[in-house]
Amino acid sequence: MLGGYVIVTVSFLYLSILFAIAYYGDRRADQGRSIIASPYIFALSIAVYATAWTFYGSVGRAASSGVSFLPIYLGPTLTFILGWFLIRKIIRISKVNRITSIADFVASRYGKSSFLGGLVTIIAVVGIMPYISLQLKAISTSFAVLQHYPDIEMPAKLGSTPVLQDTALYVAVIMAAFAILFGTRHIDASERHEGMVAAIAFESVVKLFAFLAVGLFVTYGIYGGLGEVFSRAATDPALARLFTLEAAGGYSSWISLTLVSMAAIVLLPRQFQVLVVENVDEHHIKKAIWLFPLYMLLINIFVLPIAFGGLLHFSGNTVDADTFMLTVPMAEHFPAIALFAFIGGLSAATGMIIVETIALATMVSNDLVMPLLLRFGRLHLSERRDLTGLMLAIRRSAIIFVILLGYAYVRLIGESYALVSIGLMSFVAAAQFAPAILGGILWKGATRLGALAGLSAGFLVWIYTLLLPSFARSGWISESFVQDGPWGLALFSPHALLGLSGLDPIAHAVFWTMVINVGLYVAVSLMTTQTMIERSQAVQFVDIFKQPSEGARIWRGTATIGDLRRLSNRFIGETLTDQALQRFERDRGRRLDDAHAADADIVHYAERQLAGAIGAASARIMIASVLREEMHDIDEVMQILDEASQLVVYSRQLEEKSQQLEAATAELRAANERLKELDKMKDDFVSTISHEFRTPLTSIRSFSEIVHDNPDIPVEQRKMFLGTIVQETERLTRLVNDILDLAKMEAGQTDWQLARIEPRKVIDNALAATAGLFAKNPRIKLECRVAKDLPRILVDADRITQVLVNLISNAVKFCDKDNGLITIVGRAEAGSVLVSVRDNGVGIAKEDHKKIFERFRQAGDTLIGKPQGTGLGLPISLHILERFEGTIWVESELGKGATFFVRIPSTASSAELPHPATAAREIT
Amino acid sequence: MPRRGLIAERLIGLFLFGLLLLTPPLIGAFDKATFVGGIPLLYLYLFLSWALLIALTALIVERPDPDEEIAESEPGPNPDQGPNRRPRA
Repeated sequence: MLGGYVIVTVSFLYLSILFAIAYYGDRRADQGRSIIASPYIFALSIAVYATAWTFYGSVGRAASSGVSFLPIYLGPTLTFILGWFLIRKIIRISKVNRITSIADFVASRYGKSSFLGGLVTIIAVVGIMPYISLQLKAISTSFAVLQHYPDIEMPAKLGSTPVLQDTALYVAVIMAAFAILFGTRHIDASERHEGMVAAIAFESVVKLFAFLAVGLFVTYGIYGGLGEVFSRAATDPALARLFTLEAAGGYSSWISLTLVSMAAIVLLPRQFQVLVVENVDEHHIKKAIWLFPLYMLLINIFVLPIAFGGLLHFSGNTVDADTFMLTVPMAEHFPAIALFAFIGGLSAATGMIIVETIALATMVSNDLVMPLLLRFGRLHLSERRDLTGLMLAIRRSAIIFVILLGYAYVRLIGESYALVSIGLMSFVAAAQFAPAILGGILWKGATRLGALAGLSAGFLVWIYTLLLPSFARSGWISESFVQDGPWGLALFSPHALLGLSGLDPIAHAVFWTMVINVGLYVAVSLMTTQTMIERSQAVQFVDIFKQPSEGARIWRGTATIGDLRRLSNRFIGETLTDQALQRFERDRGRRLDDAHAADADIVHYAERQLAGAIGAASARIMIASVLREEMHDIDEVMQILDEASQLVVYSRQLEEKSQQLEAATAELRAANERLKELDKMKDDFVSTISHEFRTPLTSIRSFSEIVHDNPDIPVEQRKMFLGTIVQETERLTRLVNDILDLAKMEAGQTDWQLARIEPRKVIDNALAATAGLFAKNPRIKLECRVAKDLPRILVDADRITQVLVNLISNAVKFCDKDNGLITIVGRAEAGSVLVSVRDNGVGIAKEDHKKIFERFRQAGDTLIGKPQGTGLGLPISLHILERFEGTIWVESELGKGATFFVRIPSTASSAELPHPATAAREIT
Repeated sequence: MPRRGLIAERLIGLFLFGLLLLTPPLIGAFDKATFVGGIPLLYLYLFLSWALLIALTALIVERPDPDEEIAESEPGPNPDQGPNRRPRA
């Protein structure tokens, strides 16, 4: 009742359900109503980690070495505890940079290096090859075992059956078809396959239930529960040994398995695909970090009971422990459970193959083939209008190639290894990515050359310590290569390099690959320097959570938006390009015109869209080809500028601030000086004024007292005293008037009576007013030479007279007492009238030339010498002249007399004469 | 950028605790041929530690982080304010 046809029919039924789910998922995604946008689906899709290895191999492993199957699940649990920031960081980086595979990630981190991307792809394809072969082997073996029901027969060696009768080949072909159907239906800029994820999640449920069903059946159906299984096993010393760690290979094996599985859960290409690329929302990580470990716990609970059940059941028999999942129910004649187990195993294997081959195909096309085609056949490719077809073809071939590679491996080598041992080789290969990726997101200093050295050396050691020995085991290479080392050099024995023996092959390989990989990665990184683009990528990766989004970039337009559109059309098709550009227009709120030059924003956006389809390195090359110039340079320069300009801006701001501070300090200091001076001047002013007032007051008082106390002094004398009092009072009055005058002028409250007058008239007025002075001092001669026809001036006649009177009376005061000569000259100059008053007195020292125009400043020391005037005459004159836009200055030398000059601008035309009424009221 | 603060620190602590539980030498202490409730001690220990780690992880990430809650549900301006204010007579 369980012939080959039944199994095949059920299998195809199951696969068509899968196909239906995937089809439905894709359709819903196209409609924008995703069915996988849930943390539970996300967690289930991560469970693609549980493959045929878990399903069949764990039991086999447990039957031979106890708990040693467990580190493979404990390691991922530990990694997932850190997942909230470690995995989320990788997701964030990948979303921002449109990274679609491990190879893309490494290439992008280390300066968008296409060489590094290619290397990672090769490591992944070669490294994963045994793992895929494991799945093929599991399916074909389980099919063969089930086919013989009710007999329990171990299948013949795969290598011995003709290729065309080999189930593994048909499984491989069907799997390839399945992966091509789901994985390469179309080229999507985001590389997401919603239908596939939905199918994978469904498979995870199926395999979990199948495993639990078999587990419950064996534990509670055949035996009386967990206790009975273990207690019966304990009676057999060969089985009791499995309860200890010793059977599991000891500490070194335990630790190395934990380490590689910690890395593998993220770095296996299919895990990266479901965890990072297919992730819908990074918040789903939060639930997944405990849901997925819970899934692993559940699927592992019954591994040991089944293993012991099988061992007890078939003691002494030659049944392969890897088939216990099937053979135990078969031996108990429960074909339905055996069939369910087969379907569970099928779902575990198909899930792995589908996701793994799609992930690898993306890598092969984006990071290996496309960069090569672009680099070497660029001209040829550029002529082709639509490249989406080419890319799909590359991917489909890559899927077939990868699966056939796995098939070749299983036919040649697979039969000589247990399932888990094959899978562990791939784990160690995947772990080679750990230093470059972990270092890449945590250490800015890691360089491209460091990653290149670490990866390639680690991979070579992996080939030497694991892959070559597996060839040797199948007879490809002489067995003595492993036993005695190459050419009998024991020091280079692949399982005991440099004499390091005592470790099992996996632990040995983990140790050496990691020592070499990490060692070279760190050492070379420390010894080499990063290029600018490496540096900027490193900063972007490590500080991904610190960046607001993308910094503003400057771009020198060399391509039009139309160029970018055409480029994008060729790789992701017109519909998707239009959608992407429309999204851009909507998000940025700007219109895109094909004829316009592309700015940094749109170039960057286009590059990321392309990166999704063809990988970061290829996208860069293509964009660069469109921009028709050394984009590196500009891009790099921009990247550095982004960083450097920040620094420059800061330092410039600092410099500016300090300069401003200095200027402000200087101003403050100057203001302070001025204040001090003003303060001193005020003190001087008060003391001078008191002095000026005291002298006349003293004489008024003393003469008044004399007159008051001596009523009988002669009339003549009294008259003389009273005359002095009157004189001194007049002087006081004059002083007070002057002070008031000056104060008014300084406050701008003087009334000016403007009129156009002839200068001559003013001079005459002044001479008339001072005639008395010359009468009193007959020894002073006056010369007056005033030119005729002087131009008129617009002034207040009284004020100008006051200035001239002031100057003349000063001249009288200071000129030679015995042989005085005062010369007054009036003449016209260009646009002005110049009047000078010259005396032949003591003169004024050069340093006093300015001082004398300040209040109460007189030449010489006024406090000691006898005061010669109020000290306000010249300051008042200066104010008056400033009002009429004229100037006043002195030219003099000590002992040679002094000449005061007054220059007043003449009125050029009558038009400038202001209206008398307004002029009279004008207040300055 | 969402806050990572407290959750991240707790998870790092839990990771170190998990490393202690699941690696030598501590597991060596349970590597004995004894049975507890019919189950070998080593198996029981490994599965219970595993379950404990999962439970603690769930506890840490599922408990609402007060800071994050506030950041995500920032209260908007209250529409009831203003228009309902009665003008003073």
